[in-house]
Amino acid sequence: MAYKKRLDGRKFDELRPMEAKVGVIKNAAGSAYFKIGKTTAYAAVYGPKDLYPRFLKNPKKGILRCNYNMMPFSGSGDRVRPGPSRRSREISLVTTNALLPVVDLDGVPNSVVDVFIELPQTDAGSRCAGICAASMALADAGIIMKDLVGAISVGIVDGQVLIDLDYPEEAYAEGDVADVPIAYIPSTDEFSLLQMDGKISQKDLIKGLELAKKGANQIIEIQRKALRQKFEVQK
Amino acid sequence: MNNEKQDHVLFYLKNGLRYDGRKKEEYREIEVETGISKSAEGSARVKFGDTQVLAGVKFEIGKPYPDKQEEGTMMIMAELLPLSSSKFESGPPGIQAIELARVVDRGIRESGAIDYKKLCIKPGELVWTIIVDILPINDAGNLFDTAALAAMLAIKNAKFPKLNGDKIDYKTHTKEKIPLIEEPVSITVLKIGEHFIVDPVPDEEEVLDARLTVALTNDSVICAMQKGGEHPLSMDDIKTMIEIATKKSKELRKHLG
Repeated sequence: MAYKKRLDGRKFDELRPMEAKVGVIKNAAGSAYFKIGKTTAYAAVYGPKDLYPRFLKNPKKGILRCNYNMMPFSGSGDRVRPGPSRRSREISLVTTNALLPVVDLDGVPNSVVDVFIELPQTDAGSRCAGICAASMALADAGIIMKDLVGAISVGIVDGQVLIDLDYPEEAYAEGDVADVPIAYIPSTDEFSLLQMDGKISQKDLIKGLELAKKGANQIIEIQRKALRQKFEVQK
Repeated sequence: MNNEKQDHVLFYLKNGLRYDGRKKEEYREIEVETGISKSAEGSARVKFGDTQVLAGVKFEIGKPYPDKQEEGTMMIMAELLPLSSSKFESGPPGIQAIELARVVDRGIRESGAIDYKKLCIKPGELVWTIIVDILPINDAGNLFDTAALAAMLAIKNAKFPKLNGDKIDYKTHTKEKIPLIEEPVSITVLKIGEHFIVDPVPDEEEVLDARLTVALTNDSVICAMQKGGEHPLSMDDIKTMIEIATKKSKELRKHLG
């Protein structure tokens, strides 16, 4: 085990500094901004509104549609070509599935709730940051929710289990890296996003997921605080 | 055209009033911030009231245009994100986004703002390309002027990445800035009935008869224009609109820093 000290000096169970705000986009029904380290995400919710084309409608309940997009200048290397890519479409899909278990759209049949996620700046963990912003934006829009969702990545860098990998850690060349982005629903103690790149033992994975739960709970605390700041009546 | 809404807007304008209480030639509160994205080589955020636009600069290298072998190039793009308004839909840039990008592009290009000769790495073979992307976060009117200001601020904020042979090392930034000769500003004047206004909100944009975007150099020389809207303009209209634009450009220029 060679990774004894993190490149940015954090403890192994320490998340990068975070910032959360809700109601940042006036045109939207609900919106939020989430920053973790150097990754920033905006999310805006539009709807519930009538869904077209009509064959997509579900007469039993409303549908949730998330769209993840990196701004063209948000990558640390070359410009990101605008428009959907295979990567962004897949992330949009897993983002929708990460949030679906907590939203209750039974009361709005035939309609759609659109969530647009935009990232101006990225440094690993962008899908998780997007989910965190979207979770707050949905709450801000007054969508009925059973819980908030906290998303974070855990993983292994050269044998060490740790939380919230930044880009230099994801790209760590001197040892194996595994990256496991998750989304966690505290009230039911369930995971609604689970992806994995790299190699990890079953034991380390479980250890990582336990660590992820703690991190997700910290994130949700920050989400709650941001929502309270907007909605709590000032005394 | 929404006639009832236009009557309503006109009724107020006749009394020298606008929906948000401003005067006809008054801008909303303007806020600018640079360096808002560390991933970009240059970036800016511009707010006119509730309208908020981001602009970011990325550098690429490539072949020069065949007719300009010793000059670098610039490209300005805009996307009207569905995040920023329910009016915008997902998909490739529509005509509105294309017009926005091209009008901002012409204002900067035709002013001669950038010294393209200094963007040449190897004549005929390798030159820098500056790509500016404009993205609204919230569209509450006047994307033309906010986008032009954001683009110019992002260009001024940009620092070249290091060049290793014919590859860009994005991780290492030099202190070198984009060589600028001019710093144009753009002002859009709207004509609604007999009235001329600046910095419109969406309710006003929806009922405009015509608009004129005027880009001006440091010395207030007109360097690009674009007329929009379905109604034609008379000679007197054009004169008045250019006068308003010239006057307001001095105010807007202060925000270029």
